[in-house]
Amino acid sequence: MNILVIGLNHKTASVEIRERLAFNGPKLEEGLLAIRQLKGVNEAALLSTCNRVEIYASVCDVMTAAEAVKDFISGFHDIVRPEFEKSLYVYQSEDATRHVFRVSSSLDSMIIGEPQILGQLKDAFEFALSKKTTGVILNRLMKKAISTAKRVRTETRIAENAVSISFAAVELAKKIFTELAGKSFMLLGAGEMAELAARHLINNGVTDVKVANRTYDRACELAQDFCGCAVRFEDFVHELVRTDILICSTGAPSFILFRDQMQKVMKERKHRPVFLIDISVPRNIDPEINKIDNVYLYNVDDLQEVIETNILERKKEATKAETIINEEVEKFAHWAATLDSVPVIVALRQKADDIKREEIERFRNRFPDLDKDKMEAVENLANSITNKLMHNPTVALRESAEDREMITIIIKKLYGIDGEDEE
Amino acid sequence: MGTILFELALTGYFIAAIIGIIDLFRGGKESSKLMIAFSAAGFVLHTAAIIYRYVAGGHLPVTSMHEAASFFAWCVVLIYFFLEFRYKIGIMGSFILPIVLLLMITAAFLPRTMAPLAPALRSHWLWIHTIFAFVSNAAFAVAFGIGTMYLLQEHYLKSKHLHGLFQRLPSLQVLDEINHKLINIGFPFLTMAIITGSLWAESAWGRFWNWDPKEVWSLITWFIYAVVLHLRLTAGWRKKRAAMLSVIGFIVVLFTFFGVNFLLKSVHTFQ
Repeated sequence: MNILVIGLNHKTASVEIRERLAFNGPKLEEGLLAIRQLKGVNEAALLSTCNRVEIYASVCDVMTAAEAVKDFISGFHDIVRPEFEKSLYVYQSEDATRHVFRVSSSLDSMIIGEPQILGQLKDAFEFALSKKTTGVILNRLMKKAISTAKRVRTETRIAENAVSISFAAVELAKKIFTELAGKSFMLLGAGEMAELAARHLINNGVTDVKVANRTYDRACELAQDFCGCAVRFEDFVHELVRTDILICSTGAPSFILFRDQMQKVMKERKHRPVFLIDISVPRNIDPEINKIDNVYLYNVDDLQEVIETNILERKKEATKAETIINEEVEKFAHWAATLDSVPVIVALRQKADDIKREEIERFRNRFPDLDKDKMEAVENLANSITNKLMHNPTVALRESAEDREMITIIIKKLYGIDGEDEE
Repeated sequence: MGTILFELALTGYFIAAIIGIIDLFRGGKESSKLMIAFSAAGFVLHTAAIIYRYVAGGHLPVTSMHEAASFFAWCVVLIYFFLEFRYKIGIMGSFILPIVLLLMITAAFLPRTMAPLAPALRSHWLWIHTIFAFVSNAAFAVAFGIGTMYLLQEHYLKSKHLHGLFQRLPSLQVLDEINHKLINIGFPFLTMAIITGSLWAESAWGRFWNWDPKEVWSLITWFIYAVVLHLRLTAGWRKKRAAMLSVIGFIVVLFTFFGVNFLLKSVHTFQ
């Protein structure tokens, strides 16, 4: 038994190759079933996302299975091997386990710590489970991949800091206002990034939503979208008196909000703090405004910088995560080693012998006057019963090749032979 | 016995404060549970030490400089625990426990002899007047710590230094809210301390107001916090400026507490 991972990701393969090797829609099931049928493959699962394509398999011999999988990819996607082979990585045994754990813990992702990949991996394995292409080993591998990812998440700060503009905006707002419920928000202008950030703020509880735009109709449209109300563009400065968070993203070529205007606004709002986010390029809000007390002005570069430092922090945390993963890889290897049938046969025999000896001893104590011949006969009887009972399980353990792991596990469970770390 | 208890309490606070200070400079999760455990242990021992002195002396142990500094520290820890219980801001201890430690160290260096109570102090006013005074001072001390946190966090937000300690400090709004509450407690208690003090002065010396340095400086303190509260209500001086004033206010509190005793001649000077 061995675990094999063959795959490619955004680091090893260009988007053209990733596109060509992707298993989309019905191809996923088709591909998965075909891989399971390959020679030497006992279990299989298939993950296909926009950033990676990976095949997980439990195989008898790694080299043969790897060749078979490569040939299959070439045939299935109609692409010659030299075209994609150098983009592939092939891992086996502990390296394969480590890779799966790194993927599930999001250490191998484009943005370290982003959690989507864990869900995608879970889906891939659940799909494989529903198609009955996995068995004891891959199921266990998946379970451990999920628990390792959870450990990494709780024991390190890998996912704590925002790494997108809209998340960063919400995170900063929470450092000023604690919670966003009941806070008022105004979107000035439009644009994809601004609307995304607005939506994110609304999801986080911002209640009073206002939209201002140079074209009033557009403002009305967006306001309807956000369940807010439209504000005339000329009124936006005045409206700031009743706004706690502003996202500004207009196409104006120069500043539309100046320091003296903002100073007046602050006086009117009795200096309650206000968070201004200027994501327009060129900037729309005079940067001098940040010098006013209780005004926090961030432009797109500031947010970008927040994100970059956060990514650095995540990378620092990643080294801690690697330690956790190494521990888990070791535990998994330990479990995999117990699947070897020879020690199980020995343990099984040992257990039978122990029971036999105990029972004979008890018998001897009950009938101390029994003569030697009869005692010998009883011992022989016991020997022959245990031997006969042990015969079939021993043979099954020794001879079955295909489902040996399954049998090993079942026998260990049935006869209560220790060696597993849990369950 | 009392000495050993005091020393053990000091040790507990010392360890807690050191953990707190280390936490300030570490990038990782703070060891706030450990910090709280040590300060709680210190607090229990400290309470025992105060009770011991109370039983031995027969009156509230606030009549020597050593006792006063120690009781001051005790009140600060009490308020700290209230806030930690209510808001669960682990990093808060890093700003408050060093104040406690400094007060305790000051107390440790002052003579601990128990002198018989001066005749003028033998009164129920001792209880009433000092409890008001100490609670208000302690509330201002904690407000100083919270104000420092506010100013630091506000600095981080303005200068866009958004990692490390920034991540672990709470939001400006929470800090402002706590600061406001503390001054809302500290100010009426200080008012009561001044009123009960003058009533006591009237019954002891026949005059409500003696222009004693302690009285004068208490009044200055009172004016500072009155300004904070007034300007908070009327406009303009919330948030950052309130935090700055609560920092400055506490420096005046400290002068009123220690400076008057060491530098000026006053009826409040301990023998």
